[in-house]
Amino acid sequence: MARQLSRAQVRKQRMQDAVNFPLDWLEERSGLVGGVRYFLFRKVPGDTNWMQTLGSATLTAFLVQAITGVILAMYYKPTPNDAYASIQNITDHVTMGWLVRGMHKWGASVFIILMFLHMGRVFLFGAYKYPRELNWVIGVLLLTMGMMEGFTGYLLPWDQTAYWASVVGINLNGTAPFLGPWLAQFLRSGQEISGDTLTRFYSLHMLLVPGGIMALIGLHLYLVIRLGVTSPPWSKEAAGSELVEEPAAATAARPGLTRPVARGTAAGGSE
Amino acid sequence: MQDEEIHLPPPTLWPLGFAIGIAVILVGLIIDPLWISSIGGAITLVFGFLWIRDASAELRGHRIVVEPERRQVVEAGAGQVGPSAQAGGDAMPHPAPGERFPRSKFLEASTLGLGGVIGGLITVPVAGFAVLPSFLGQKRHRVDMGPVADYKEGQWYVATFNTDPKEGDVARRTAFVRNNGSLAVSGRQEPSFTIISNRCAHLGCPVQANGPSGAILGLKSQTEKGANGPVTLNPTVPAGFGCPCHGGQYDTEGNRTAGPPVRALDRYDYEIDNGRLVLLSTYSVSHVDGQGAQAKIHKYKSVGPGEHVDGPEQWFYPINPPHH
Ligand code: HEM
Ligand code: FES
Repeated sequence: MARQLSRAQVRKQRMQDAVNFPLDWLEERSGLVGGVRYFLFRKVPGDTNWMQTLGSATLTAFLVQAITGVILAMYYKPTPNDAYASIQNITDHVTMGWLVRGMHKWGASVFIILMFLHMGRVFLFGAYKYPRELNWVIGVLLLTMGMMEGFTGYLLPWDQTAYWASVVGINLNGTAPFLGPWLAQFLRSGQEISGDTLTRFYSLHMLLVPGGIMALIGLHLYLVIRLGVTSPPWSKEAAGSELVEEPAAATAARPGLTRPVARGTAAGGSE
Repeated sequence: MQDEEIHLPPPTLWPLGFAIGIAVILVGLIIDPLWISSIGGAITLVFGFLWIRDASAELRGHRIVVEPERRQVVEAGAGQVGPSAQAGGDAMPHPAPGERFPRSKFLEASTLGLGGVIGGLITVPVAGFAVLPSFLGQKRHRVDMGPVADYKEGQWYVATFNTDPKEGDVARRTAFVRNNGSLAVSGRQEPSFTIISNRCAHLGCPVQANGPSGAILGLKSQTEKGANGPVTLNPTVPAGFGCPCHGGQYDTEGNRTAGPPVRALDRYDYEIDNGRLVLLSTYSVSHVDGQGAQAKIHKYKSVGPGEHVDGPEQWFYPINPPHH
């Protein structure tokens, strides 16, 4: 390193320092920069598959729903006399309202479809197996809450389809044994559908259920990062976030943990 | 980002001047935006520049000189002022041998316990607010349907009325009404009505009359002025009732004849008040034997659509929510 740096190199060095300075400032006080880097620049198996982007696609679809939903809530009025008219207003008069409403309406189906595709990928890759069972369970809860979003959102336009679909949907819940009638009456906010049903569905749709989904997505991703993603089942490579040199005995005990044994080979030699 | 040594921000006094500048701008906005605020702006700019110069000293490669600590550092446990942050032992003494409930355990338990109590105090009313109103204080309805004389004997009407005008159109309901003529009840002649709710006993869709409107008999729609607002009566000639949702079919007494419904259609209780027909609450029906005024109705407490009221399936619904 005895060579003198050229002027251009010095300038480049200065620029980098200037960019890094605020980042260093933030990192030193919060550790956030390292955290984000840890989160985004993970090691994944070299032969990950395009199908493994379906989870991120689902996440994107959810974020689209969250953002367009917040904007729709600025114009939507959840009362029996105004709901339908306010939806008409959003569609026909508010600038680009048709677009945002369309994104939210079609995006709802996209979100659900992507969840199923992601779930199918996880199933077909066998990625739900040890030690990722808990993430499958969290995924099932996410699926359920995603469907609850669909159910509660469907009533909000308050047209004939919305109304009767919700009547049937609520009564369907009501036929569940033992607690069904109680659940139905809770959802309906009484014995009959009323304005309270609409505001209740609205509150569930925009506050309670999305909050639950966000919390569960946090847990879901925490586990994805902690456990690493699995290689495709046809992989010949060792999978896992890090390649540790383990003693043969440890690998034999838990072949699935970080280094699944290639198919066709015995797990630990002698059992 | 890798180096482990602790950085101290370069010392600077200039934020003080910067803050004064901002304050002068704000005061100026009220007193004299042109002059005082300009002076404030100038102060802010100058001190802002000085502050940035100090703060970026490290970036520009100046050595940062921090005045060293010159006060006496007191040894831990030496008595007087207390240990420095770096020195010193545990915050709490270790439990003595044989001590089973040390102070730290007590504090831990009381923090958790108190937190739990506060959490409970908040949760109980909130959860009650969310859940109980669906079950308590359900309103009874009384719907004035107009004079009995306006209902032609033996004629079916599709009646549309409002059970609770304060709620608006969402409280609008429909029933099929037939005047069965009068019936001898313990020696007196009483008007008899069949009043069938249009709520399907499968999942609650609006059941329709299977048959032409009363126009083929030359009958016209009529509107009654009831206490709950207008009641429209559309004459109809049904051969039965049918549901548009999943094809449930019923006869004119509301008995299920085909499709997924699990029982007969619900009916409205009614009374005659001063010669006027008054609708009361609904009740559920397993099935009806006979017809019109002579019908024997197998009556049950009102339950939701899709719930069985008789047969072994009723055991699935042992306790129903309170009902008006
Ligand atoms: C809101 C919905 C969901 C979001 C945002 C989401 C997001 C993600 C993401 C980003 C990953 C990383 C790997 C990949 O993209 O394939 C992942 C992995 C995983 N997801 Fe989901 N997911 C959702 C729903 C589900 C559902 C419905 C299930 C199954 C019932 C599920 C089960 C799993 C499992 C087991 C993994 C680990 C797979 C592996 O490590 O290879 N997730 N999820
Ligand atoms: S709701 Fe009437 S048949 Fe299903």
